[in-house]
Amino acid sequence: MEVFLQTLVAGILKGGLYGLIGLGMSLIMGVMGIINLAHGQLMMVAMYITFVLSHYLGIDPYLSLFVSMPALFLLGVVIQKYTLNPLMEVDSILPENQVLMTVGIGMVLTEIARFIFTSDYKSVRTSYSDATFFLGEISFSIALVIAFFIAIGFTLFMFWFLLKTDIGRSIRATAQDKDAALLMGVNSKRITVITFGLGSALVAAAGTVLMPVYYLFPDIGGPFTRKAFVITILGGLGSTVGAIFGGLTLGLAEAFGATYIGMAYDDMIGLLIFILVLLFLPGGFKRLTKI
Amino acid sequence: MILFEVKNLVKHFGGLAAVNNVSFQVEKGEIFGLIGPNGSGKTTIFNCISSYFPVTGGNIYFKDQKITGMKTNKICKIGIGRTFQVVKPLGRLSVLDNVIAAAFSKVQTKHEARDVAMETMEFCGLLHRKDVIARSLPIGERKRLEITRAMATRPELLLLDETAAGLNPTELEGAIDLIKRIRDKGITIIIVEHIMKVIMTISDRIHAINFGQTIAEGVPKEVSNNKAVIEAYLGEDYAQG
Amino acid sequence: MKKFMPLILLIILIIFPLVYQNAYYQHLMILVFIWVAIGSGWNMIAGFTGQVSFGDAAFFGTGAYTAGLLAHHFGISAWWGMAFGGIMAMAVAFPFGWICFRLRGAYFALASLALNEVCRHIATIAEPLTQGMVGILIMPTFVSKIPYYYIALALAVVSVISVQFIMQTKWGYYFLSIREDQDAAESLGIDTHRYKMVSLNIAAFLTGMAGALFMNYMGFIDPEVVFSLHDISIMAILVGIVGGVGTIYGPAVGAFVMVAVHEFFRTGFFGFFKGLAVLTGSDFLNIAAKYISHAHVLGFGILVVLVILYLPNGIVGDWNKLVGKLVPFKKKEAAT
Repeated sequence: MEVFLQTLVAGILKGGLYGLIGLGMSLIMGVMGIINLAHGQLMMVAMYITFVLSHYLGIDPYLSLFVSMPALFLLGVVIQKYTLNPLMEVDSILPENQVLMTVGIGMVLTEIARFIFTSDYKSVRTSYSDATFFLGEISFSIALVIAFFIAIGFTLFMFWFLLKTDIGRSIRATAQDKDAALLMGVNSKRITVITFGLGSALVAAAGTVLMPVYYLFPDIGGPFTRKAFVITILGGLGSTVGAIFGGLTLGLAEAFGATYIGMAYDDMIGLLIFILVLLFLPGGFKRLTKI
Repeated sequence: MILFEVKNLVKHFGGLAAVNNVSFQVEKGEIFGLIGPNGSGKTTIFNCISSYFPVTGGNIYFKDQKITGMKTNKICKIGIGRTFQVVKPLGRLSVLDNVIAAAFSKVQTKHEARDVAMETMEFCGLLHRKDVIARSLPIGERKRLEITRAMATRPELLLLDETAAGLNPTELEGAIDLIKRIRDKGITIIIVEHIMKVIMTISDRIHAINFGQTIAEGVPKEVSNNKAVIEAYLGEDYAQG
Repeated sequence: MKKFMPLILLIILIIFPLVYQNAYYQHLMILVFIWVAIGSGWNMIAGFTGQVSFGDAAFFGTGAYTAGLLAHHFGISAWWGMAFGGIMAMAVAFPFGWICFRLRGAYFALASLALNEVCRHIATIAEPLTQGMVGILIMPTFVSKIPYYYIALALAVVSVISVQFIMQTKWGYYFLSIREDQDAAESLGIDTHRYKMVSLNIAAFLTGMAGALFMNYMGFIDPEVVFSLHDISIMAILVGIVGGVGTIYGPAVGAFVMVAVHEFFRTGFFGFFKGLAVLTGSDFLNIAAKYISHAHVLGFGILVVLVILYLPNGIVGDWNKLVGKLVPFKKKEAAT
């Protein structure tokens, strides 16, 4: 029972972060209709920013959110504006050329990181990195709990933003019907740029708060991209609420998989879920809840 | 002889009934018109017939065979061809290749398919455009390509979805002429049309729907004098021409 | 003249190893031929049928492992793997396509990416069967490269010709129809699910054969090599798009260019930087040379971005546009 509860807690904490990662991807999916296969790589960039700030300037990882998020927002804006938007005018046989473009961008980001930081493992060690507290018999990693609450905070903020602000409404309108939104006077190009920026900033937040308890190397982006698309598909392509549930599901599944099956199957579990969803629940959670 | 029958067709989208208990029978060799105001469920009926989505209730019969829920491509194979209201050309292929692709539904070799395609294009008056890339055709010829392609699948029943919409007067005459010639070949036609002039001149019988429900059926004259139809629809449009 | 170009090229390729007996260039040409087969397969499913695969390595690796494991466990000549490799790749493609083609849109692309990863994991974890990360080592059949050269050439030619043949038949027309408009295709009596499966299985077969040949030729494989996302799956896409998506000869051109680019990076611009470093004695250049030799993935990434932006139909597809850009004077002359 104790092991079970401990696993449950680990899964939920992880799931909150995954939700944040999935949320950014879902936003991009909803507005542009593409899966961003550079999502994990963007997170990797944010993690390196956090690492540099902490290692060379001694800035606390949580404070570096104020640098990594704007930086990634800008990076996202640049990517969307100069590589993805021009593709709308390019006539190509391949319908997935935007997705392919994100793959290319992911490769470039990874290799540039390798160029600068080599393939060595890096980590940020803080005083609270290994600190835990106990509730009954269950141990909580302080850094993971903080990360969880920051993730929840950003998630709530995003929902407020999407529901209550003009830009948020425009984003939702574009996601629902691009042409109609255009007719209603929404500048859809500007919206795609902002959305990609926001998606990147959200995943940057996830990467940064993960840094105190995680390690970093250039290829870390790939696995997180895969996690992100499993989350997005689990939640139903483009559904923001679905992304939260998708994140929690994946977090729990991974935690229980690691405890009861074996650590080596960590990555396989996500893929297994992906296949099961394709088989039995095409459309993901969105299908069930109609959110 | 009844070639085709729709019995108590119901289609819901979410909680909304787009088609509600519609029934009609189509005789072999006739042109059967389906009319109704915008959003009354005409195209939905076509999509139910060609199985683009599952029906909620009711049944569809073709040559006494139940075809409800049959796969879309199978529907074409058994002899029901269709066109799309929003034309769907195979954009990067030439007109000829578009028609050849369709012709393969009844023949196996490239040689035969080409023969069928050439013959059909000639019949439909598109032969002179055979090497043009489909997406560069003007709208009138794209609509004609839709019909040509459907004809190349050698249908017994042809579903025409607003093939006359957006045509200029000359093209309109051509379209009417083509539809009549198709009928003269012995092919049964169900036509959804907005332009009253077309539907009233060529239909043998007309079935009128509104809000997904049948409001009248009969020869054009009866229907155009039907009070419910005039109220629902003709009142404005017929007067305008 | 244009009609005979492929034939002339083929004759040149046949006499090439006899005239120019350089093992290094023969090796590169063998790689090119293997990539022609993979690229033709990818082009079949992605370029002609419009279902972009991000996971060709799944088929390539399956082919390679089939050949390798037959030799390793049963002592059967790995050449049998050429046939079985293709068939095993189809055995992977069949259930995969059957599930994933029921869904439209980006699902297939993503699922193929996942398939790639699943296969790599299985090959890594199933140690009793595959020896995991240790990999499979077999004894090469020939010492000389020339037999491999001709076998690879034959595979490349068969791939291109069979794709060309298929595209002239009903299947070819059906593939193109599915790519252009799935709804229209269904309304024309085309069982889109079934023909996507046909196309995918052709692609898998060609790719699996190429994988088996790779096993035979290299003599060694491990999961990281043959199930590599970057070096196989992305490379396959690059071969396809650089050469020309949806063209018959595109993959051949793409394979040549991409192997050249790969080699260009691996050798540090054909030893240019290293030579320069030795010449000037500069430490910086020496380090740069070292980096560049490991930077082929970066090069691929940049190439993906540039090709999609500026050459969306590839060298073959955009040939006229390309010539117009490279030779602006010629155009002007023609205009005046």
